[in-house]
Order: sequence, then structure tokens, then C-alpha cells
Amino acid sequence: MLLRLLLVLVGALSLAAPAGAQSNTVILSTTTSTQDSGLLDVLVPMFEKKTGVTVKTISVGTGQALALAARGEADVALVHAPSVERKYVEEGKMQHRRLVMYNDFVIIGPEDDPVKIKGLTKATDALKRIAETQSRFVSRGDRSGTHVLEQGLWKQAGVDPKGAWYIESGQGMGQTLGIANDRRAYTITDRGTWLAFQKRISLPILVEKDKPLLNIYSVMEINPANGPRVNTAGGKAFADFMVAPETQAVIKIFGVDKYGQPLFVPIAGKTDADFR
Amino acid sequence: MELIGQGLLQALRLLVSGDQEVWQITWLSLRISSTATLLSLIVGIPLGTALALAHFPGRGFVVSLVNTGMGLPPVVVGLFVTIVLWRNGLLGMLELLYTPAAMVLAQLVIAAPVVTGLTLAAVQQVPEKFRLQMLALGASRAQMVWTLLKEARLPMLAAIMAGFGAVISEVGASLMVGGNIRGSTRVLTTATVLETSKGNFDTAIALSLILLFLMFLVNWVLTWIQQGRRA
Repeated sequence: MLLRLLLVLVGALSLAAPAGAQSNTVILSTTTSTQDSGLLDVLVPMFEKKTGVTVKTISVGTGQALALAARGEADVALVHAPSVERKYVEEGKMQHRRLVMYNDFVIIGPEDDPVKIKGLTKATDALKRIAETQSRFVSRGDRSGTHVLEQGLWKQAGVDPKGAWYIESGQGMGQTLGIANDRRAYTITDRGTWLAFQKRISLPILVEKDKPLLNIYSVMEINPANGPRVNTAGGKAFADFMVAPETQAVIKIFGVDKYGQPLFVPIAGKTDADFR
Repeated sequence: MELIGQGLLQALRLLVSGDQEVWQITWLSLRISSTATLLSLIVGIPLGTALALAHFPGRGFVVSLVNTGMGLPPVVVGLFVTIVLWRNGLLGMLELLYTPAAMVLAQLVIAAPVVTGLTLAAVQQVPEKFRLQMLALGASRAQMVWTLLKEARLPMLAAIMAGFGAVISEVGASLMVGGNIRGSTRVLTTATVLETSKGNFDTAIALSLILLFLMFLVNWVLTWIQQGRRA
């Protein structure tokens, strides 16, 4: 009773969105990198203008983004952890997975590169050397897309990273870069965040352009059976928008003005097989 | 140090240039937190007064609960309010998650125990003899309570300041239940977190300074009311 009274009061104070307005709202669960890079600040207004639908962007780690979507707490997901995504699709929680774009991960570390990984062509070789020499390495440790990729690489390298040298930050990419810089450690980051932090850190790229370092983003719709009130039509509209030619054209040039190079490569229409 | 100087400059620039987004974020912070504080007074003052005056078995236990509530971790509040407001949750049909109203609700849960606890202490510090005297002189119970609250107004204003300070400065709950959505639920604290994670440290510092200044302004007004007759 008291709660209801309070909610009415809050409504009266004109803070609440008018009831029922959310049917015209799409909840997008996505990763921090799409938000922190500023890409969504460009794409979301485009979509809203075109459709009149309001987008609520919830940017969290890929693990949480998918977990929320699987509970029906979001209407569409834009994430970057293909192995985990495929599992959700197989379980039927997510559907109609389509590739949107990619950028890449890079291994970075102190300028003097104490264990000489610079120039290695395989990311797994670099990680093996870091583990063998017990050189400090900062991991996101938060089940984000970046963390999932990092774990996959350790597995491929046949290493179970444990010990004082392996630091789990439990934070976003930006903070993790700060910690790596401070502790003079190696780490893996997406290129976009690394570019954004150029002024603040002195950790050059040491290993790049290895195939497993590809960072592929895809968009998925949510099975309406996941929960009540899933806005299926709105979610589909946003997913369609992400792979539409006009959107892909915007993605293609995004970042050029600020970093002198694009941050993402649009790949709508391609499949996982194209990147094996 | 140089960074803080840059932040200060950036704060001035953002405010003077009338950067619309910063003003909107600042205004939203103020609106959400003052609404939550106001509601917490509506809940907390009667509850605190009642607890101060009542005698019943288990009162000590309830007071301990309130005192514990004064230190409720915002992230814990955020998590539970989120789960309740989920589409699958108890109040899912209200579709409040990721709205300013959800943030008010979470902040209310944080502020109400603070106001309740401090009101309780404020009313209790008025000597019991004073109360008995009033009743003996023929005051009705309502008159007695009203006089008590007037007697306790200085510590009560402190309760308001503490409640407001707790909610305007918290970030965990606002981030979770609000979602930090641009133009809708982004407030000073959550914007600071975002700008930090983006590496825009000068903007983050600027937002922090604006937050501190806002808190100072509000407290200044409240202090002026509190100390008014003495100053």
C-alpha cells in the first residue's frame, strides 16, 4: 500500500515515464566497448529518428548483457563473444544472430618489453612466453567479451593462468588499461579503447593481426518466450537497422575524424565461416 | 595535479558555455535526489518519531534494524530494487526499470533509514520530563508531538542533509536501476564513472567538481535554514 502510494507520488512529481510508454521503447543490452567508443552515440539517435522508437542502452560486460537478454530483460543484444553467443542460440534463448562488424584485439605491454614478445606473429606464443616467465599480466576477469577471448587464448596456449603475476582487475577496459600501465604489465585490449587511451598510457602494441585476435560483434534478437513484455518487434527493428546498408556505411567511417582510422569494419551479410 | 587543474578549467568551461548535456545531467541529479529525500522525510519522520516515543517488546531490535539501514550499501539496494523491477520481477508490470522513477525508489530505500534513524535520535534527545510536563499541562498528543519536532528541528535538518548527501553521492544503485542512459537516467555520479572509463579524466573531474559544488549549495541553503535565527 505504502509503496503504491509512493509510486503515485513519484508519478505526480512528473519523473516517471508515462505508464505504457515503454511499448515504444527498445532495451538494448550491449557491451561497454560499443558505448565507450562513442559508436552508439551516433547510431542510436539515427535509429530513434528513423523509427520514433526510444532506445535504452544498457552497457555492461558481454556476460551480463547476454544473461539479461536470456531472462527477457532486454529486447535486443549487441555483443562480442561468438563462442558464448552460439551457446545461447543453441539453447534457444537468442535467435537470428547476425554479424555486424569487427575490430581487433591487440596485446600490449611496457615499452621495454621485458620478455620480448614484440614481433611474435601468434598471440598464443606471446601468452605462453608471458606465463613461462611469470611476467605481470592484467586480465579483465569480468566475463566480458574481451575476457572470454583472453580465456580462449590461454586455453589454446595450453596455460592455466594462475599466480601473483596474473592480476584480475574485475573492471572495464579503461580501468584495466590504467592498472596495466601503473603496474607495467602486459594485457589484451580492443584496439578502439587502446586508441582512446593513447594520451594516458605508455603501453605500445606488441602483438597484433593474428586471426584469433579478431573481435566480432553480432546482433541477436531475443526469444519472446524468455519472459513477459519482451518487445520483439522493436528488437527486430533495431537488429535490422544494425545490418542495414546506411548503418553499415556509418560504421565504416566511424572514428576516422578522431583517430585518423576507423574503429570498426562493417561485415553485415558475412558468416562465421568467413573468419575461420 | 596538473590533471585536477585541467578538470577545474573544464568544469568552468562546461558551466559557462552552458553545455546543455551537463546542465541536464546536473538538473536531473538534483531532481531525483531531492524527490527521494522528500519522500524519505514523509516516511522517515513519522516512523522515527513513532519509534522514539513508543514502547513495545522488540523495540531494541527494530531500532537496531533502522541503525543498520542507515549504512545500507547502495549496490545491495540497487541489486534488489533491480530484481524487483525486472520484467520478470514482483513489480515488473510497472515497467519502471531504467527510468528516473526507479532511481528515486532506490534512493528512497537508501535515504529513508538515515532520516528515520536520525529523527529517532533527535526526538529522543528531548528530555522525557519535558514531554510529561506538556501532557500534564493539558496538551493533546498531537500538540505534544508537534512541539517535540519543533524542539528537535536542528538535528532534524541535519537528518535531511545526511539523507540528501547519501543519495546525491551514491553511484552503485543509480547505475544499476537507472542504466546510465544518456538524456534519461544519466546523473552526475554515473556520468563521472562513464567518463573515467572512457579515459576522459578532465571531464570526469569537472563533473565531480560540479557535484561537490551542488552538494555545497544545497547544504548551504539547509544550514542557513537551520542556523537562521542564530546567524
